[in-house]
Amino acid sequence: MAERAARPGPGTAEVFVRAPGAGLAAAALRARGAGPTGAGPVGGRGLCGEPARGFAPPQPGLAAAMIHSLFLINASGDIFLEKHWKSVVSRSVCDYFFEAQERASEAENVPPVIPTPHHYLLSVYRHKIFFVAVIQSEVPPLFVIEFLHRVVDTFQDYFGVCSEVIIKDNVVVVYEVLEEMLDNGFPLATESNILKELIKPPTILRTVVNTITGSTNVGDQLPTGQLSVVPWRRTGVKYTNNEAYFDVIEEIDAIIDKSGSTITAEIQGVIDACVKLTGMPDLTLSFMNPRLLDDVSFHPCVRFKRWESERILSFIPPDGNFRLLSYHVSAQNLVAIPVYVKHNISFRDSSSLGRFEITVGPKQTMGKTVEGVMVTSQMPKSVLNMTLTPSQGTHVFDPVTKLLSWDVGKINPQKLPSLKGSVSLQAGTSKPDENPTINLQFKIQQLAISGLKVNRLDMYGEKYKPFKGIKYMTKAGKFQVRT
Amino acid sequence: MTDSKYFTTTKKGEIFELKAELNSDKKEKKKEAVKKVIASMTVGKDVSALFPDVVNCMQTDNLELKKLVYLYLMNYAKSQPDMAIMAVNTFVKDCEDPNPLIRALAVRTMGCIRVDKITEYLCEPLRKCLKDEDPYVRKTAAVCVAKLHDINAQLVEDQGFLDTLKDLISDSNPMVVANAVAALSEIAESHPSSNLLDLNPQSINKLLTALNECTEWGQIFILDCLANYMPKDDREAQSICERVTPRLSHANSAVVLSAVKVLMKFMEMLSKDLDYYGTLLKKLAPPLVTLLSAEPELQYVALRNINLIVQKRPEILKHEMKVFFVKYNDPIYVKLEKLDIMIRLASQANIAQVLAELKEYATEVDVDFVRKAVRAIGRCAIKVEQSAERCVSTLLDLIQTKVNYVVQEAIVVIKDIFRKYPNKYESVIATLCENLDSLDEPEARAAMIWIVGEYAERIDNADELLESFLEGFHDESTQVQLQLLTAIVKLFLKKPTETQELVQQVLSLATQDSDNPDLRDRGYIYWRLLSTDPVAAKEVVLAEKPLISEETDLIEPTLLDELICYIGTLASVYHKPPSAFVEGSRGVVHKSLPPRTGSSESAESPDTAPSGGPAADQPSVIPTQGDLLGDLLNLDLGPPVSGPPMATSAVQMGAVDLLGDSLMGDESEGMGGSGGSFTPAPSTTAPTNVGAPLGSGLGDLFDLTGGVGTLSGSYVAPKTVWLPAMKAKGLEISGTFSRQVGSISMDLVLTNKALQVMSDFAIQFNRNSFGLAPAAPLQVHAPLAPNQSVEITLPLNTVGSVMKMEPLNNLQVAVKNNIDVFYFSTLYPLHILFVEDGKMERQMFLATWKDIPNENETQFQIKDCSLNADAVSSKLQGSNIFTIAKRNVEGQDMLYQSLKLTNGIWVLAELRIQPSNPSFTLSLKCRAPEVSQYIYQAYETILKN
Repeated sequence: MAERAARPGPGTAEVFVRAPGAGLAAAALRARGAGPTGAGPVGGRGLCGEPARGFAPPQPGLAAAMIHSLFLINASGDIFLEKHWKSVVSRSVCDYFFEAQERASEAENVPPVIPTPHHYLLSVYRHKIFFVAVIQSEVPPLFVIEFLHRVVDTFQDYFGVCSEVIIKDNVVVVYEVLEEMLDNGFPLATESNILKELIKPPTILRTVVNTITGSTNVGDQLPTGQLSVVPWRRTGVKYTNNEAYFDVIEEIDAIIDKSGSTITAEIQGVIDACVKLTGMPDLTLSFMNPRLLDDVSFHPCVRFKRWESERILSFIPPDGNFRLLSYHVSAQNLVAIPVYVKHNISFRDSSSLGRFEITVGPKQTMGKTVEGVMVTSQMPKSVLNMTLTPSQGTHVFDPVTKLLSWDVGKINPQKLPSLKGSVSLQAGTSKPDENPTINLQFKIQQLAISGLKVNRLDMYGEKYKPFKGIKYMTKAGKFQVRT
Repeated sequence: MTDSKYFTTTKKGEIFELKAELNSDKKEKKKEAVKKVIASMTVGKDVSALFPDVVNCMQTDNLELKKLVYLYLMNYAKSQPDMAIMAVNTFVKDCEDPNPLIRALAVRTMGCIRVDKITEYLCEPLRKCLKDEDPYVRKTAAVCVAKLHDINAQLVEDQGFLDTLKDLISDSNPMVVANAVAALSEIAESHPSSNLLDLNPQSINKLLTALNECTEWGQIFILDCLANYMPKDDREAQSICERVTPRLSHANSAVVLSAVKVLMKFMEMLSKDLDYYGTLLKKLAPPLVTLLSAEPELQYVALRNINLIVQKRPEILKHEMKVFFVKYNDPIYVKLEKLDIMIRLASQANIAQVLAELKEYATEVDVDFVRKAVRAIGRCAIKVEQSAERCVSTLLDLIQTKVNYVVQEAIVVIKDIFRKYPNKYESVIATLCENLDSLDEPEARAAMIWIVGEYAERIDNADELLESFLEGFHDESTQVQLQLLTAIVKLFLKKPTETQELVQQVLSLATQDSDNPDLRDRGYIYWRLLSTDPVAAKEVVLAEKPLISEETDLIEPTLLDELICYIGTLASVYHKPPSAFVEGSRGVVHKSLPPRTGSSESAESPDTAPSGGPAADQPSVIPTQGDLLGDLLNLDLGPPVSGPPMATSAVQMGAVDLLGDSLMGDESEGMGGSGGSFTPAPSTTAPTNVGAPLGSGLGDLFDLTGGVGTLSGSYVAPKTVWLPAMKAKGLEISGTFSRQVGSISMDLVLTNKALQVMSDFAIQFNRNSFGLAPAAPLQVHAPLAPNQSVEITLPLNTVGSVMKMEPLNNLQVAVKNNIDVFYFSTLYPLHILFVEDGKMERQMFLATWKDIPNENETQFQIKDCSLNADAVSSKLQGSNIFTIAKRNVEGQDMLYQSLKLTNGIWVLAELRIQPSNPSFTLSLKCRAPEVSQYIYQAYETILKN
């Protein structure tokens, strides 16, 4: 087979050569512009299947490095930031990514691993931005993907939101942070605690102060946590109000079949903490029913030995917000389903109107109120319009995307919310084969649906008395009802 | 007040303006200017013209400004090497700064400047930083060694940085240890043979300690490094597993997957009877399930790996089917992977659930996914026999939906179901025929035509149906044309009277009007067959077809084992070994799973694993005899029919029975076809044999051992003197190597030519290319008196440490006695490393042959060999070189052969033999071409003796 010979090799200085004076928009245009090679994709078969041929051989002679470069690409396919940790990789490498992007029907469907003749592109898609890492050799892909997610988390932590605008607005800080996070492709400092000591996050106040005093947002001291046994916590933390709050949040993922019986249901739980305590507190958290937690992932601060032997969480917490623990209650255990959906959806041939009727009601809620209920459903393409009346809340049907959404609000068990009406199909189409799946969102305060309960929280190592609080919440994760 | 201001420019030319600002006296203005430069850089603008101006800003107390300049330098130094030198002084000075942050920053940045001239200046500061009192600087310096190695490997070696780096593995700070491991791994990757990460129980212990304390990323490096270690026994493997298990609860999925790799690999060494083995299996499931609740990108990688794990150890996730059920808003790449795993986990117990799900998926919107779901139903039918009927009825339901692509896909899989269960579901043919007109995809059309042809006798209007396809014959794709040709010929053979015209028509279409050589050839063959010998035609065309099974889509076991060693890497995502995409020049180290301690080659067969002690303790007389017989039987029965390990173990069991007392009759009948010369062997061994006096039976048996051994084992060279007496204070050692039934041994003769008695013998091997090591101590029972010799057979294994030797088959040996220690080296013939299950399946052989790049092929001449092809083949088989196929091309015999080395390297061979010419041509193809030469030597040795 013919070789794709025309590809420019890596490390060509080509990227930076462009007409002087051209602005940002031009750069963006160029990025999208089909480089010199519009040639066929590599291993075009399927989406993510094995590439058929032309597998990327790592450059011989060049030693392995973890992450070579990072490109940030927005939804319309413009590269708006690039960072190289080793030599410069031409941005034309992204052409392969664009090809994959074009092939995928939706942004979410772009495969996360794409081989090219000399590199691999590993990407994550978050906040409508693709974070594309370029690697050149055999590297654990999860390592790279985890790292990319960490980058996104860090941006979010620094700037509140992670968007193209905010990244461009803070491009220098972004660049400094990226440089701090990775050295030669090896992760260096990824704990936001440490990063914030090295590079101070921008705040309006600090920007003003910096401009006046000429001081800088780069810390000139070695972060204290960097090398201690508790790298996640800096020393010398001081608060006037000492408080420790824990949120137990559970999400139910479930698939319910037509008849209302559960096909699969599982709980993804997390305990998120907000700890603002002075000094070096040592906390223990114990549960009424720790046996529920047989599949857990801990924050590095948790002492695993203690958990193994006593089922107690013992840890020196990071400062501020962090995820202490995530857990998983598997499909094998019986998971309580807090809501049910009664549905009656029938399409007829385009001549007459179809019927649509759904009712939502509470099931096993332990007496708590189900609120924030939201029903969405992707209607078949042949649906032209829907004429519906809700008994409460508001509903919208978008005739272009065919997405029906109904903001229900609270469920009153005495008067169940329902949405009824008729469906009209496009003229000349036959009745759709597939029935729409209903997606459900809801929230239940003060309840962990798995039954998990915190027994007590104790603090050692410091003298003061902190405020403590535990909150529970259950939410729908991917909760789907087939009709 | 945002950074976006750095992007605004005036028309006049920003470079010019920036230049002015960079040279400004005001600190603040300088900093702003550098920020603008950096901002331009991030969007890919070329600001290299400002190099000298930016470098001028480097000498500053302002850390932020310094960092920004460093950022700039890293990007552009390569394009301006001469000017980069200007920066060196500042770097060297910064490396002495009292602030560790600055020292680290300087050494880190210097390493990133990929300019040869700078590297010379880097050495001294780097050496200091590697020994810095501050661990932060040390850990940064460790990474810097890897960077420097990337730029100039020779320099790093000359300066001794590698040794310093190795010392850092014992550093007191876990972060330093982790970075040292990472750097060493990176360097080792470009020097696979260099043995940089010399792992031994002590260093492993240090790594395990650091594992608990270092950062999550460091844990990944350490775990990946641990996975390359080969524990010396199952106890060590278990203790490592115990210390790695807590990593399964880490929040970072990459840590979890690396831990899974270590466990999956070391588990191989644990006995299945062990309680701990069961515990470990149970512990593996939850973390794998948890990976599936992560972000979709992580899920994808996890699923690709789970796919491997499920094939290797289905028991881990057998109860977790439900987590693989597809949610309708999963990204398509996750959906497809989940589907694949669902089929792998499908069993009789859960098939109902699975089918219900698949049927649900078949009505989704995404066409790709729907197709794959329909295919999956077919695969379930083939995998789980009890479900076949249900699958067929599900497929029929789907056909009733009349959705075009669903129908076509369903027909394709129903064809497969027919092939798996012939004469069972033909009642559905009528329904299929109804949909004939809607088929527009070649694969579906071809499948339908195949069905019509195959069952022509039951379809009344088969001729009409096929005729209807014939009209547009030339517009069809090749696949359909070929299928149509065959189908019509089948039809003709079944109903000759009515279809003569049709067959004439198709034959002339195929042979006269077509440009496609495949089609033409097939047409001519049929034509000639039909015209010369209709009976033969019937036998050929209507021959019974081999059944298909689900194995077709399983990964081949040796590849699977290799991939298990690569869990969590790109290889595991692509299900290809790195050797398939890391091309030869870099010399890929093949990884293989460790052997289970206490069992021989066929670890899976239950009767060969007496738990505990190493293999070498076993060879008591009787079992050995059984094995030998087994091998003999194996030889007689010709090439094993199915997978080699299975066949061998089955025959072995038979042989053991044979030694018992009864079953004699059955067995010898089973051997009916065997060569006459061998038959006496088993009959004498059986105590019940006529005429053989019971008393001498055992004696005979021993006598036979030798004879049978030489016949069945591989070729053994005569002993040669390895260590002359004059070099070893009177001790003379001669010896040779042999391989018998899977065990390698070194046959030694020790002769005492000195005047004093020798005792206290011991032997040790240096590390060598294939990890050969003594499996038992050298046992010389009595002291060796002067002028006395003793013959010893020293069993060997291949689990020792590996180091590439030059030449490859060089073995350095140290022998000790009460007088001194002596060293000698010898070359072992490579054929002692050819394993018994080196027979590749035909399909596999073809695929592998194609897969290995042509540069890896080497040709050799074997001269003066007068054997014919069959003799060659059987002679080679005795040494575990297996003939897979034989072809006769223009009077030459072509033998296609495969063999496998103990470390899992496959070698494929093509041997060309011309009857009149005594020299053979041998072409070898191997992913590790450096072995080819030695394989050729082995061939020569075997064939000429």
